[in-house]
Amino acid sequence: MKKSSIWKNKYLLIGLFMTGLCLLLGILGLFWTPYEPTKISAAERFVGPSLKHLFGTDNFGRDIFSRVMKGLSATIVIGTSVVLFSATMGILLGALTGYFGGIVDEIVMRITDALNGFPSILLALVLISIFGNGKQNVILALGLVFIPSYVRIVRSEFIRLRDADFIKRARLMGVSKVRILFVHILPNIFSVFWVSVMIGFNNAILAESGMSYLGIGVQPPDASLGKMLSDAQGYLQRAPWFALSSGLTIVWLVLGFALLSEGVQRMNNN
Amino acid sequence: MKYFVKKIITLIMTLFLVSVAAFLAFQVIPGDVVTSILGTEAPPEREEQLREELGLNKPPVVRYMRWASGVIKGDFGRSYRYSKNMNEMMPVKELIGDKLPVTLWLAALSLILIVLVSIPLGVLWARSTNRFVDAALNCITQVSMAVPSFFLGVLVTYLFGIVFHLFAPGGYISYHDNFKGFLGYLLFPALSIAIPKIAMTARFLRNSMLTEMKSDYVRTAYSKGCSKRRVMYGHVLRNAMMPVVTFLGMIIAEIVAGSIVVEQVFGLPGIGRLLISSINTRDFPVTEILILYITFVVIFVYFLVDILYRVIDPRISEK
Repeated sequence: MKKSSIWKNKYLLIGLFMTGLCLLLGILGLFWTPYEPTKISAAERFVGPSLKHLFGTDNFGRDIFSRVMKGLSATIVIGTSVVLFSATMGILLGALTGYFGGIVDEIVMRITDALNGFPSILLALVLISIFGNGKQNVILALGLVFIPSYVRIVRSEFIRLRDADFIKRARLMGVSKVRILFVHILPNIFSVFWVSVMIGFNNAILAESGMSYLGIGVQPPDASLGKMLSDAQGYLQRAPWFALSSGLTIVWLVLGFALLSEGVQRMNNN
Repeated sequence: MKYFVKKIITLIMTLFLVSVAAFLAFQVIPGDVVTSILGTEAPPEREEQLREELGLNKPPVVRYMRWASGVIKGDFGRSYRYSKNMNEMMPVKELIGDKLPVTLWLAALSLILIVLVSIPLGVLWARSTNRFVDAALNCITQVSMAVPSFFLGVLVTYLFGIVFHLFAPGGYISYHDNFKGFLGYLLFPALSIAIPKIAMTARFLRNSMLTEMKSDYVRTAYSKGCSKRRVMYGHVLRNAMMPVVTFLGMIIAEIVAGSIVVEQVFGLPGIGRLLISSINTRDFPVTEILILYITFVVIFVYFLVDILYRVIDPRISEK
């Protein structure tokens, strides 16, 4: 990949900028926000967006920008944990079933096929109703829900590569199975895998904010963009910026990851 | 014929497995149902009596058989939370009964919107040679796919409800009172479900058509002297629609899931809202039945899509 073509890949660049900005604000939000996100001020209820309060203030006079930053950090933490969990499990399952095949492969594939067609938010709802809500349970539920999507990709890549010449050679040279799986094959699937990781981030963010919006995801006092949006809905007429700022942040982040995945895909195709 | 028999057997097996999974899932939940209904202060005799009433003292296999045969006969069990009167628990069937039409109409309306808008849009997009139109549609669909349906619901409420006063937010009209008003109100939630799916379907159809347009039979059709119109609608669209049918099947599953969220946004008393409240109040018999029900719908839709696919593309049955 030449350097000049990275600069020509607009999807990748815009995606990097959009997600990068959110990541920056989110990480910053873990340590510092312009105002105390929980500080209530009766005098400053429903102040419109201004230089002092970039996104205005909410029904308790809290600074919305600070709360969006907090919400972003929560979303990023949850999104990253979900993707880490499901991608790791997906790699393990996909690698083993793809490389070895057999009856285990058959069973795992049947299950993932059945689950793949299923709306993810519905599965997450089932799991949440069993585990109960809260941040950790949301991560666990979504982490489990998204495993099949990775298994599928990883498995098909492992099947493609397991009989490649360089793997046959490695096998002849007596390389151990674990080493073949994770040192010889795994690095070769990353270009394809990154695309599904980006899409995974996307789905995790959408599902988490949706569940928090419904009140069965992240619980207060933990900040969450979805919960903010559902709070803001009651004040649509009085303070439209309240709903818009939390909602548009979700859109911005999701769009960023969508463009990023498109960009990575284009990069792979070149 | 053999294929259909095989398909139907698989369908029944899947439904059975799903029902077992749904039943078992709600058996492993920590916490005692009886204490959660009666509270911790109840006398042991009353607890014992309720346990007997709910059949909780039987082994799981017996309970599953009872539950499943009940579901087949149309007895969906009783809600732990809602009561009909002082000492009778509300049957889940009655609880679902008048909520189901709301969700079904919402889903139907969304699907109609999706098909009506996305197919012409996809065709026009594939036909257009204007670079500006192409870029604009690309941009619009890309953005609308990134908007979650609940935020879209809020935007629709703000735009059509508060700015343009086309409907009264939260002013749900029951289908018992005024069916036209009911559909009119439902149009806006349906719109919020449909917009991202329209974008997806239109993109999908466009890409499918562009791929088909490069194939040999298109060149042959042109060289035989077919008009562009005939090639596009008679040849390309027919072939390009095939993957779209499967895609629409997936979209239906997504609509069902989307309605759960959107019902909450617009305050529609559908089964999605009941599902969320039953999860929040840990009303397991209701959750169990609703999840089973939605799962059945999704599986059945996939089954129909499989069959439909064979009907419109006879080549598949030859393989």
